[in-house]
Amino acid sequence: MIRARGWALPVSIALALLLGLLPLPPALQPLRPYWLALVLAYWVIEAPGQAGLGLAFGCGLLADLVFGSLLGEQALRMTVLAFILQRFRARLRFFPLWQQSLAIGGLLLNDRIVAAAIHVALGAPQVPWTAWWAPLLGMALWAPLFVLLDAWRLRRA
Amino acid sequence: MASYAGPAPVRPGDVAGTLRLLAYLGLAIALIVLDHRGGWLAQGRAQAELLAQPLWWLAGAPGRIGDRLRSDAATRGQLARENRILRNALLISGARGARLQAAAADNARLRGLLGAATRGRLDVQLAPILDIDLDPVRRRLVLEAGAADGVRMGQTVIDAGGLLGQIIDVKPRTATLLLLTDADHAVPVVLARSGVRLVAYGRGRQDLLELPDIPLSSDVRVGDAVVTSGLGGRFPAGFPVGRIVALRPDHSRAFLIGDLKPSAQLDRGRDVLLLRDAPPTAAEAPTPAERTTP
Repeated sequence: MIRARGWALPVSIALALLLGLLPLPPALQPLRPYWLALVLAYWVIEAPGQAGLGLAFGCGLLADLVFGSLLGEQALRMTVLAFILQRFRARLRFFPLWQQSLAIGGLLLNDRIVAAAIHVALGAPQVPWTAWWAPLLGMALWAPLFVLLDAWRLRRA
Repeated sequence: MASYAGPAPVRPGDVAGTLRLLAYLGLAIALIVLDHRGGWLAQGRAQAELLAQPLWWLAGAPGRIGDRLRSDAATRGQLARENRILRNALLISGARGARLQAAAADNARLRGLLGAATRGRLDVQLAPILDIDLDPVRRRLVLEAGAADGVRMGQTVIDAGGLLGQIIDVKPRTATLLLLTDADHAVPVVLARSGVRLVAYGRGRQDLLELPDIPLSSDVRVGDAVVTSGLGGRFPAGFPVGRIVALRPDHSRAFLIGDLKPSAQLDRGRDVLLLRDAPPTAAEAPTPAERTTP
């Protein structure tokens, strides 16, 4: 059951990119959860044969092109995320869902710190401070997303 | 002799994983630096962004459908009310336009007397903004008009309020608009009241521009209107940029920094105007003020 066949992986990543582009009211924009990171985290945990550092790097690069951010920024962030996940995958898989959510929340927070560090290093403007709440939202979304993607993948496999 | 077992043996898989991580991190950092410094990747990036076109189109669909639903669901009463408001607005702008036309005729006559170069007429093209959110740190918008509709690189973009920005990237069906507020953007401006020339820089914030390095002695006040000066030849002269809302000393205490509130609406979900008429000859011709100053 480790190999996910079919379209689940590319389609879910395309959907994550679309969700990142959807227009939100300006007040809510900084709170947008990082869908791509969530979906990628799912695949790195559940289908390590297909989703590794290479896929993370590629998806990040694609996201850079699609969102118009600095080329390589999200590629770097996604690579770091995937690497940490790979190292702790064996433990994460057998966590109950709420502990997994906490771990994902920590990862998303770490991702925000990496992004902020890149911006500081380049002298680029920082995201508004409300964006630091987004990892909390991502944490809350992990459980429903996990269940949804699991149902999809296992039906397809 | 050490009595403990020593660190856990390193598995070869871990080493390979770390090496791959380092390789990818190095690649990402190289890309970031190349894209940040001098934009050497501009060509490749422009090609690769064609991949993003279908996604942008899809992501803009909810906005389009929402617009259509709203216009379909509008009741007769709403339409009548909107019609009345628009008719009044048209009447007012018509009256204003007539008065301005008289002034423009005067202006043209005086310019003729001075022998100055005549400015090109204002020719605009309407383009809708694609309703999607890009990276919030970079202030950019995507327009639903591209090379196929006659959009060109470097065109000035305005709305009813004033200057919005410029076109930095043209694709067959879409174009990317760099807003005034982007951290990479600067526009040469002049104070409408006192004629002081400055440069307005974007700072990556939603609704604020900065006017750094204002000499303490210059005639600048809070509330001054700021318009484009036309220097540099990129933007035509005389379009409103914003209004000074605050002045504060910079860290050297020898200059002032002005905060500028843009006059254009810098958000998405509307239509913008692309200036068609930006002939380099008209922009580079000296203005009368420049001629008279020795």
